[in-house]
Amino acid sequence: MNSRVTGSFIVLGLFVFLAGVFYLETFIPLARWSDAVGGSRPFTMLGDGWFDVAIWWFKFIALIVINLPIIALIIVGFRSLPLGLKAIVARQSMISTPYAWLLVFFLVPFGIVLKISFSDIALAIPPYVPTLKDGLWTMLSGLDLENYAFIGAGAVFASFAVIVISAIMFQIIYPRVRKALIPDARYGVFDSAAAALTTLAVALVNVALIVAALALLFPVLRAFVDIPDFLYFAAYLSSLKIALISTFFTLLIGYPIAYAMARAAEHWRPTLLMLVILPFWTSFLIRVYAWIGILSTEGYLNQFLLGIGVIGEPLTILNTNIAVYIGIVYTYLPFMVLPIYAALERMDDSLVEAAEDLGCSTFSAFWLITAPLSKPGVIAGCFLVFIPTLGEFVIPSLLGGSNSIMIGKVLWEEFFNNRDWPVASSVAVILLLILIIPIVLFQRNQQNEREMDG
Amino acid sequence: MAQPNPNVIFAPWDDPAQKPLIQFKNVTKRFGDFTAIDNLTLDIYAQEFFALLGPSGCGKTTLMRMLGGFETPTEGQIFLDGVDIVPVPPNERPVNMMFQSYALFPHLTVWENIAFGLKRSDMPKDQIGDRVEKMLKLTQLGKFAKRKPHQISGGQRQRVALARSLAKAPKLLLLDEPLGALDKKLRNETQFELMDIQESTGTTFVIVTHDQEEAMTVASRVAVMVDGQLAQVATPDQIYEAPRTTYVADFIGDVNLIAGKSSPVDGGMDVHWDDNQPAIHVTTDSPLSARTACHFAIRPEKVSISAEKPDAVNVMKGKIIDIAYLGNISTYHVEIAAGVIFKAQATNNRRLSRRTYTWEDEVYLSWTDTAGVVLTE
Amino acid sequence: MRRFSWFNATSLTFGFAFLYLPMLILIIYSFNESRLVTVWAGFSTQWYGELFQNEAFLDAAWVTIKVAFWSSTLATILGTMAAYIMVRAGRFRGRGLFSGMIYAPLVMPEVITGLSLLLFFIAIDVNRGILTIVLAHTTFAMCYVSVVVTSRLVTFDKSLEEAALDLGCTPFDAFRSVTLPIIMPAVVSGWLLAFTLSLDDLVIATFTSGPSSTTLPIKIFSAVRLGVTPEINALSTIMILIVTVGVITASLISRGATIKAKADERKAEQG
Repeated sequence: MNSRVTGSFIVLGLFVFLAGVFYLETFIPLARWSDAVGGSRPFTMLGDGWFDVAIWWFKFIALIVINLPIIALIIVGFRSLPLGLKAIVARQSMISTPYAWLLVFFLVPFGIVLKISFSDIALAIPPYVPTLKDGLWTMLSGLDLENYAFIGAGAVFASFAVIVISAIMFQIIYPRVRKALIPDARYGVFDSAAAALTTLAVALVNVALIVAALALLFPVLRAFVDIPDFLYFAAYLSSLKIALISTFFTLLIGYPIAYAMARAAEHWRPTLLMLVILPFWTSFLIRVYAWIGILSTEGYLNQFLLGIGVIGEPLTILNTNIAVYIGIVYTYLPFMVLPIYAALERMDDSLVEAAEDLGCSTFSAFWLITAPLSKPGVIAGCFLVFIPTLGEFVIPSLLGGSNSIMIGKVLWEEFFNNRDWPVASSVAVILLLILIIPIVLFQRNQQNEREMDG
Repeated sequence: MAQPNPNVIFAPWDDPAQKPLIQFKNVTKRFGDFTAIDNLTLDIYAQEFFALLGPSGCGKTTLMRMLGGFETPTEGQIFLDGVDIVPVPPNERPVNMMFQSYALFPHLTVWENIAFGLKRSDMPKDQIGDRVEKMLKLTQLGKFAKRKPHQISGGQRQRVALARSLAKAPKLLLLDEPLGALDKKLRNETQFELMDIQESTGTTFVIVTHDQEEAMTVASRVAVMVDGQLAQVATPDQIYEAPRTTYVADFIGDVNLIAGKSSPVDGGMDVHWDDNQPAIHVTTDSPLSARTACHFAIRPEKVSISAEKPDAVNVMKGKIIDIAYLGNISTYHVEIAAGVIFKAQATNNRRLSRRTYTWEDEVYLSWTDTAGVVLTE
Repeated sequence: MRRFSWFNATSLTFGFAFLYLPMLILIIYSFNESRLVTVWAGFSTQWYGELFQNEAFLDAAWVTIKVAFWSSTLATILGTMAAYIMVRAGRFRGRGLFSGMIYAPLVMPEVITGLSLLLFFIAIDVNRGILTIVLAHTTFAMCYVSVVVTSRLVTFDKSLEEAALDLGCTPFDAFRSVTLPIIMPAVVSGWLLAFTLSLDDLVIATFTSGPSSTTLPIKIFSAVRLGVTPEINALSTIMILIVTVGVITASLISRGATIKAKADERKAEQG
């Protein structure tokens, strides 16, 4: 083995070490000791005073020195391994580093949210009971569904069930019934729409019956049926409504832009693409902020409209849902334009020419050829706007004011203003549940597209 | 072919005293349910130019990748110089490979690409430069040393890949479709260059190709593979003249195949293929027993075509239904019985306008009693 | 040649006007003399001066840059590893869970990520500060990095790695001397993406920051809630300009590289 390999391992070791150093900081005694020196703020590692900085660097170097023998041991030990084992160890450590990171900082935290969502609010630190300090069994038996009943999760579950059941019926049962009844008739959009409505109605009735039966049989579940606080359910519905409407408008504005970009001369396209991507790199917050000045009562838009005499008195746009729609369309527009542009750009020009050669008008060529071929891009774009919009917080709180209610905002207020961690946690869980359906559909769309590509 | 000494016939495979360089012993490779290599045993000798030939999916690339160390056999052993190399990782094998895509490192210059392997060997630094220069000279790449792979042409890239894989002077060089990306003319030139380089370095070459012409041109022995098994391993002339199975006969070059039943006669055998037609006579030392199902195979260039009935052992009358004019030669498709088409080739030593027969003409096909072979598989 | 109609020209004009006018107005009014942001009272750069006097903003900016630097660096290392595993490691135990965890943060609402990390840090009793923001940002940014690097790795010719092994590299050496240099552009853009995401993040930072570690977005957010101020306009202008210059430079460099590569190829074909 040559010295390069050893060198590489030392570099790798240092990198892993650098990653670990912040974490170690929390646990090892050295850090505690330095807290005492550094004062009351334990994590001002890159603090402001020169003294803090010096302390930090001291800790940092000390940590490296302390760990050098360990790193050396690991390297020597690794190099002395037999060939096959070496490959296995290298592979396993490569896999386990990001794996462990995600387990610790993604899965475990979410588990904690889940656990707290079953706890009760309390005047304590942390502000909920029971905790692990009460003993494992007490903690487990102290968990209940109270928060979920409080935030109207029953209704969400029921709607969820309705959607899933009707989707299953429409996808699996309806085609068979259709085939059995009228084997070789042709079906249009209207048949499918009628079938979809029917399945939805059937599912709705069924779920309602099941819910009623369950509530009758198990009085405990009755809390889920009558929604104690309508605020939460209204928040889910209003989030859905806002997300749907703004996705629609984003598509309406984004499609012509993407289409025009794909039609533009070849040497123009990279520039146009850059112009669409540029806002994506600029701060989200600033882009939302820019609209406050425009939409407010004395804002630029009202000044302009009053100036040219279109309106007599200023419009109230800021702090309404309209402002939220504008904000969402504006900030998420690149997410809609890019996938549609990608789909249109990939399309062969000669397809449209062939359609026109075969007698289509420009419009019907677009409708019959271009539109269907850009469908995967349109679907991807819609999901890319719809999914993050559902949990949006910044836009409704800056542009919507107190008038617009969205789940993300409710969660935030529940946590920071009401200090009700258990309810905030259960809202988070429900939000995730609502997101599952669009995410699964999105994944399927992406998968289909990949398969079509080859 | 590529012999070290033209006076001595290079045929270590016929010499039982020779020890093979590579031995596959009952090697099987499965990918899930799919068997890529099926219980294969094969010896390859030092300084051979060995070609693995077969259609795509026949397992030839898998076989080569097992030599390179990129696949491990599911069962069986592979020996290199008597050492089992199955557990040895690719970077520790005295084997180098030239990849189908060339796999030139795009971020390194031609010089650095060739030096890449040497820098990772125990060669002293000052000798690396000399070795790289030698390789550049061998492949005539001297003036491209400072260029990156995307700054040179396809043919030059191919030579860089060759130089890189030869730089470490491996015991064995593997070439995966080395000429596949070149156009036909360049390919023909490069084939001879490859043979020269193989001869001058004395390295054992194993080449994978689906192009039978290429395999026949460069190789000292050819292995025809089908469905993970070896259909035949022999010198190119043996493969062409004496294929062992109808598959090999059909895969290598053009062939007329006729199914029939055998009957031994004096000095050979007859193949009866149609009750209304004369049997085909074949001279052979080992005739098949009576009424064995068999195929008679004959190459089109060994079939003569004439307007008058010739005096020959095997003569068939038929009608020309198609003529493929290829410039130097023409191939005639002659229907000798309902639905049975025979191909015959003739050199166009006269001008086209003076040809004596054309479409729809009745002609006679003839061949000698040793021109074809009888196959049972 | 594609037909470019008046309809296309109109939609491009209106589309880009919609995208850029708000930012343009912001930039123009950052040079407004008056504190009343909606009334133009003449050109002035005084708000820039005041911005650079405002220590709270400068501190927050410094914290943000530190957080962004460390988290994007960590996220790049972890995300590249994750991408390499997803593309190259084949089957291993828990692969399904791993790919789920890699993609989930991309679609997870920020409020949930922020909340869960905050509750986690409280549960393990870590004081909140720069460290916790770095950990949180690393976690979600590494997923974006891994997506960027994965898309480069899947088009990466695997035989390049095999060639390196064949020429005597150990697997690690092959990664370091062949794979890494070739995927470097993707790794760098992953780093830039992670850096931008971290600079930009408000929600997760609010959840995971402590009292002594306010980042710039948190500062802007609390200022903006009270309405438009000329200092924020000035700050926004600076941020927009930095990003614009960065993106244009990057795209010019990459376009230059593409043009050069094409010219090289033409030259190579001609010999």
